[in-house]
Parts: sequence; C-alpha cells; structure tokens
Amino acid sequence: MAIYILVKKLVKLKEIKKSLMVSVWFMFLTFPIMVIRVNTVKDIIEWRWKNMALVGVGTFVFSFLWRYFLEKKEMGDHDDESDEKSKVGLLDRIRGDKKLLIPCLILLAVFTIAFPFVFSLYQTNIMATCLIYIVIALGLNIVIGLAGLLDLGYVAFYAVGAYCYALLNHHFGLGFWTVLPIGAGVAFLCGILLGFPVLRLRGDYLAIVTLGFGEIIRLVLENWNAFSFGPSGIANIPKPGFFGLSLSLRWSTIYVYFLMVGLALFTIFVVNRLKDSRIGRAWIALREDEIACQAMGVDKTKTKLTAFALGATWAGMGGVVFAAKTTFINPASFTIWESIIILCIVVLGGMGSIAGVITGAFILILLPEYLRAFSEYRMLIFGVVLVTMMVFKPEGIISNVRRTYQFKKVKE
Amino acid sequence: MEYFLELFLGGLTRGSIYALIALGYTMVYGIIQLINFAHGEIYMIGAFTALIIASVLTKLGMGSFGVILIAFAAAIIYSSAYGFTVEKIAYKPLRNAPRLSALISAIGMSLFLQNYVLLAQTSDFLPFPSLIPEFEFVKPFSHIISSSEIVIIASTTIVMILLTLLIKLTKTGKAMRATAQDKDMAMLVGVDVNRVISTTFIIGSATAALGGILIASHVGQINFYIGFIAGIKAFVAAVLGGIGSVPGAVLGSLVLGWTESFFTGYVSSDYEDVFAFLFLVLILIFRPAGLLGRSTSEKV
Repeated sequence: MAIYILVKKLVKLKEIKKSLMVSVWFMFLTFPIMVIRVNTVKDIIEWRWKNMALVGVGTFVFSFLWRYFLEKKEMGDHDDESDEKSKVGLLDRIRGDKKLLIPCLILLAVFTIAFPFVFSLYQTNIMATCLIYIVIALGLNIVIGLAGLLDLGYVAFYAVGAYCYALLNHHFGLGFWTVLPIGAGVAFLCGILLGFPVLRLRGDYLAIVTLGFGEIIRLVLENWNAFSFGPSGIANIPKPGFFGLSLSLRWSTIYVYFLMVGLALFTIFVVNRLKDSRIGRAWIALREDEIACQAMGVDKTKTKLTAFALGATWAGMGGVVFAAKTTFINPASFTIWESIIILCIVVLGGMGSIAGVITGAFILILLPEYLRAFSEYRMLIFGVVLVTMMVFKPEGIISNVRRTYQFKKVKE
Repeated sequence: MEYFLELFLGGLTRGSIYALIALGYTMVYGIIQLINFAHGEIYMIGAFTALIIASVLTKLGMGSFGVILIAFAAAIIYSSAYGFTVEKIAYKPLRNAPRLSALISAIGMSLFLQNYVLLAQTSDFLPFPSLIPEFEFVKPFSHIISSSEIVIIASTTIVMILLTLLIKLTKTGKAMRATAQDKDMAMLVGVDVNRVISTTFIIGSATAALGGILIASHVGQINFYIGFIAGIKAFVAAVLGGIGSVPGAVLGSLVLGWTESFFTGYVSSDYEDVFAFLFLVLILIFRPAGLLGRSTSEKV
C-alpha cells in the first residue's frame, strides 16, 4: 500500500522537478568537499567526479522519501486517534497477556543464561559491553527521558566511576566490590555538586554547561599528571574478584557478563519502580510544564537534583564496571562523543521508555560491531539517526506508553 | 609592558574571531531560540572550502590577489549555502516541536557535518596557506602584532558595523527584530518569517566563514575538528555577553579573548580550555542573562 502511494507520487512531473532541483543543489553544495581533495604537502589535487554522481542520484531518491515521510507524518497527526487500538505494538500485547508473557520471559532468561556458553568469548565480551551501555543509558534515561534535562556531560560521571576504581585500587588496593558502591556514591555526590548551581538554568543552557563540565573533567584528567597519570592512563586494573578465586580469561569474561546481566536487571527494576513512584511522576510533570508543576507544589530544584544525581549514580556504577572489564582506562575513553553515543541510544530507542532504551543500545552498540566494514561511517550514521529521529519519530522506536485513564462503557 | 601589550593584542585578535562566530549564534538564538550546534561546523566548512579552492586556483596558475578574492567569496557562498540547507533539513520541520528535539537535531547535524568532512577529506591537519599578505608598515611592530592580526581586527570591526546598520536601519533588519520579538505577531503583520529565518542563517554562516578563513590563515593549519571547540567557545562568548544581543556577543567575545590570552600568558597554557568552560559555568550561575542581556521571567 505504502509502496503504491509512493510510486503514484513518483509519476507526478512536479515532484520529479522538485527532486531534480534538490539533487542539483546538493551537487553544488558538496562539490568542493566531496569532489576535490587536495594534498597540500605533496601538492596533488585529486578529482573525484564519481562522488558527485553518487550525491546527485542519492539526493534525488532521498528527497522523494523525505517529502513522502514528512507528508505522512503530517497526515498521521490527524488519524492517530482513530486507529490507536490497532497500533498497539507486539510488545504491549505480550506485556498485556499473561499467557504470552511468561513463556517469553522464560525464553529470554534461557537465552541470557546460555549466551556465553553457546557463543564465543568475543561475542560474550561484546554483549557485556552492550550491557554496560544499557545500564548507563537507562541512567541517562532518568535525566533526559523522565525529567527532560538534556545532559551532554553525562560521560563525566562515567569517568568519575572508572577513575574512582582505578585510583582507589592503585593507591589503596581496594577491590571491585568495595569500590562499586563507593564509585556510585562519589558519582552521586558529583551529580549533586554540579547539579546544585546549574539546575536553575533553562534547558539549552543546561546542555551547554553540562557539556562544559564534561570537558573540564576530561581535560583535568588529561593534564593533572600527578593525580590521574595523564593521557597515558592507568593500566593493570584488576578484574572483578569472585570470592578471591583467580579466574581464567574465559571464566572472568563470563563472570563479567553475568555481573552485567545482574546489574542491568537491577537497573531495570529500579528505573521501572522509580518511574511510577511519587518522584518519578514529579519528573514527568516537570518535564511537561515547569510552571504548572511548581504551582502544584512540586519542589523544582529538589526534584531535578534527584534526577540528576540518580542518573549520575548509574553512570558511576557503569564506569566502575567498565574500568574493571577493560583493565585499562585513559581520558580518551571519556570524550564528549561518548556522551553523544549514549544520548543517541536514548533518543533512538525512545525517551522515557525502558524497552526502547534497551533496543536502542542493542542496535547502536551491536550493529557497528558486526558491520565492521562500515565502522568508519559510524559517527556519520549516528548524526543522521539523531536528525531523522527528531524530524520523523521524536518518540523513538518503542515509544513510552503514557499513563492514561480510560473510561470503558459498561455492557448491560 | 611589551609582553602585556602582546597578550592584549593577541586577546583582541582571539576575541575578534570569537565575535565573528558568536554573531551567528546570537542572531539565530535571538530569532528561533535554538542553540545552533552545527554553527561551528559551518565555520570549519568555510575554512575547508577556502583551502580547497585556493589550492586548486594556485595550481592552475592564478595570481595571488585573484586567489584570495575567489577563495574568500567561495568560502562565504558555500558556508551560507550550508547554513541555509542545515536550517531547512534539521530545524524547519521542528519549529513547533519541543526545544529539546531541535537541540538534539542540532547536535546530530553537527556530528554529521564533522564526519562528512572527515570522511570526504582527511583526518590530518592540513597546512593552510597564508592568504593574508605581509604589510610593509607593520614591519617595525612585528614583534607585538602581525599583519594578519591587523586584518582580523579590522575586518571584525567592519563586519560589526555593517551588521549593526543592517539590523538597525534596513527593512530586513526590522523584520528580523520583529520576528525575534514575536513570531506569530510578525507573521500577522505580513513578515515572511521563513525567509527572515533563512536570511539570519545565511548572514550568520557568512560571518562564520569569514572568521574561519581568517583564523585558519592566521594559525596556518586546519582539520575537521576545529569547528567544535571554536563553536563552543564562541557560544560561551555569546552567553557571556547576553545571548540574542549583537553588541553583547562582541563584548563577550573580547572579554573571553582577553581573559584567555592573559590566563595562558601569565598562569598556564595547559588549562586554557578548562578555564573557558569554568568561565561559562560561573557566568551562567551568577549572571544567567549575560553582561548586556536582560533577564526575562517566563509568563504563563
């Protein structure tokens, strides 16, 4: 059906003319950067006319899709109400039906437990990384998705956790399990310390200040050699201990994997409970309308601060596990782009939705691992994902189900 | 004293460049209340275009004056075109969406443009030809100021004056001010709001491109990443002066340029960027409206 409409649109001459204009415009736009490449050292100029043809054809096709989806989105705003019922996704149907829910959960549990034994060590490692991202993305989800505060320096708390473990271990020999709560606590304190002055700011200022804060932390770690060992980082961080047993590489990887599964489950549980709690509802209300919320007697600063600090706590925990998993950290792991990848996960999956964030993490962390050939395009694609998601589907892949009251007609 | 003067002029140059970029931020923010994250990238693209066009023309054997003229023109035209297109793709569909959406879209655009240049060109630093000639009359003072610094300061001053005149006196400027005050009302009295927004993006991008070429030719090298830090710092400057206000952007840029210059000159150069960010945090805490901005309270 959709294809039919698309084809019917294609036939219109006006549309073709429009797309042709777009195509010519983009060929002009990308000419110096895509076609010419200069090597000022060797004084060679390379002409790549092939790229121009690619851009021309590509934008010609994309402009059709772009207009089609934009139109569809605008029309969709009207008939959304009518087929609300039929649009209930597979996930909600599973969630609603007990008969389906239980087998699905069992299947998922079996798969999770069997994963490291069925697949190779490499796969298990990737999966553990993915789980770390799930945990910290869920933490960021509290800040962005629930409370609506755009935090671009989130990775700073991640760094705080990681350095907490590395330094405490280096200087005092503290173990993983001791540092995990300490790291979380320090990140929590950092969240409050940073949050206290900046949370009075409006949304977009907050984004810039947190971005600045993230960069400050990274630059300090890079330059303060006496404290953080500078850009060379800290190596030989011990892996998490298992009651003092020394594990082989294989078993320690599997152990980290299960550790992350446990942490992820814990996070999902807590975030889910938080979402429906008094404070969670206050976050959502604050996100929707700050003034109305204050008028209803919600303490704005305190509510925002809790969201900020709780988000930071999860980043701190993720950081401790990250340091223990990779056994080596340096400031280069904590650039602003890391924050943006996490932001991407939350935005792609669906702000405020737990299932969405998990899906987002799987897509954005696992896909680039398996599509190694495209790895250099990774950040480019992330940029495209952010823009297109915001333009066409701001609620994400799996959108958050709003709590609503429904009045049902009683059958007589 | 001479060292002080050197730092003072260095700070002035730095501040002038920040001002050229900050203007774009402040104008766009004034009109659609959006932090245009991709603005730094527009500046970087301007510098890249100038470098590419200049290299090609030099290779073809054109005289240096023609090369400079065409490279400047090309950079300004291309940057404006990029600014215009970015607005059409990433911001226009989101004009009535929550501000968070537009901001995320802007971040995505910035990420995209950076990687686009990285993949299409190179990740290495490219040496940038010195497009600005050495003036004879600067020779005696060459230990404290170079001719490129003079050109930067002079062109910023000229751009500033032209822009102020444009906003104050012309019809376009009037339409801009009207749109900034109240978009709906401006539409009602017959202002073509879409066109005004496009014009703002084009003007902002053009000044950013100018800044891009000037700084690249002053520093002597560019890569795909220069836009990001410069963009953030220019934003700091715009906020410092009071975002939305054109004289504020200039004042903020100069203050930031001087503080950075003196800080690195007298204290330490390792923490230069830390200092800029710390400055931003402090301003926003103590004077969120900036030096020249008015604090407005939100009304229901």
